[in-house]
Parts: sequence; C-alpha cells; structure tokens
Amino acid sequence: MYNYETVFILTPVLSEPQMKEAVEKFKTVLTDNGATIENEELWGMRKLAYPIQKKTTGFYAFLEFAGEPTIVNKLETAYRRDEKVIRFLTFRQEKFAHEYALKRRSLKKNAAKAEETPAEEAPQAEVKEETNE
Amino acid sequence: MQGGNTTMAQAQSEIRYLTPLSVDTKKKKYCRFKRSGIKYIDYKDPEFLKKFLNEQGKILPRRITGTSLKFQRRVARAVKRARHLALLPYVTDLMK
Repeated sequence: MYNYETVFILTPVLSEPQMKEAVEKFKTVLTDNGATIENEELWGMRKLAYPIQKKTTGFYAFLEFAGEPTIVNKLETAYRRDEKVIRFLTFRQEKFAHEYALKRRSLKKNAAKAEETPAEEAPQAEVKEETNE
Repeated sequence: MQGGNTTMAQAQSEIRYLTPLSVDTKKKKYCRFKRSGIKYIDYKDPEFLKKFLNEQGKILPRRITGTSLKFQRRVARAVKRARHLALLPYVTDLMK
C-alpha cells in the first residue's frame, strides 16, 4: 500500500450535480479497486493559467488515497475515457509529501473547527456594524 | 606636474579600491528551504512558486535564487506539476 494523490480538472460546462456525480464516479473507481480515500477537496471553479480545449475555467477536484500501484493505471484509464475530464495528475506521495499532506489535513480540520465556532459570533458582529452606521 | 599626476592616480585607484570592498560586504545567498526547514514544496500554491520564476514564467537558476541543488530539483518538479494543472502558465509576459 502506498499513498497517492490525484487532481483532475472537469469542464466548466457541467452543472453542479453533474460535477458531484463525476467526482463520485472516480471515487467509486478507487474504492472498487481496493483503495481507501483519505482526503477529498473540491477547489471549485478556477481560472486556468492557459486555455485547455478552448476553455478558460475549470472545476478542480483533489483526492488523496492509499492503494496498490496497479490502481493508478485503472484510474487514469477512467480519466481518459471520460470526456468531462480535461486534465489530470496522479502521483505517489514520497515521505516528505505524505508528512506535508498529513499536516495540511490537520490544519484544514482545525480551520474548519475554528470557522464553526466564530460563525455564530460573526452574524452578531455584522448586526453591530449595521447599527453603528 | 608629474608629482601632481601620481597623486591624482593614487586618489583614483583608492576610489576604485573602495567600490569592490562594498561589493564584498553584500549578503551571502542562502537556501531558504534549508534555513526554514521546509522539506516538501507544494505544487498547489502557485503564489509561492512564482518567487522562483521570472517574468516570462521561466524557472530562475540557482545562481540567482541561491537555492541548494536538492531543493532546486524539488522546486522544478513542483513548478512543472503546477504548469501541467494550469495553476501556472508555461509561457507568459509580465507575470507579476
């Protein structure tokens, strides 16, 4: 078992549920082949640095998983067969990359927790500002 | 007349001697990754990687950035991954 990470860009012409469906599809490709998904991030719509297939924006999705090396080929075949995917990148995380990924995940979790708690306070602050005006 | 010329020449040579001295005192380049203990360079952060690119989006040489060979290879790999994913351009003008 090795740790891998993969990023893929979907065409911007898809609707929101279609995108979720596509992401789910690749997740099932991974889980069906005996991989465990460790992290999932949807970066959302982003501007591309250069046009790909005449498109200037794309929907980025990022997955981290652990599995056997054979899975990479299966995943990339699935990417190539799918017209919705305009670009993809998959690679094995070496030691430092994995350490960094773990750190990044824990940071994200903490940030999410921190957001949850002041989220209740934030609307109150906004109300205060409005009354001041 | 001759004596006057030699003093002038000496004064000039002294001035010439002073300028390289200030060059010698310039800061030594260092590898920022070694100094700050960064072990992995993330391709997902294009803003950080832009520090190692010139205006045309080319990777800067080590002699300018001062990065050690080990980390220059990692920078290059991260930049190339970012370019593939359209996070950074392959070619551009006036990047910053």
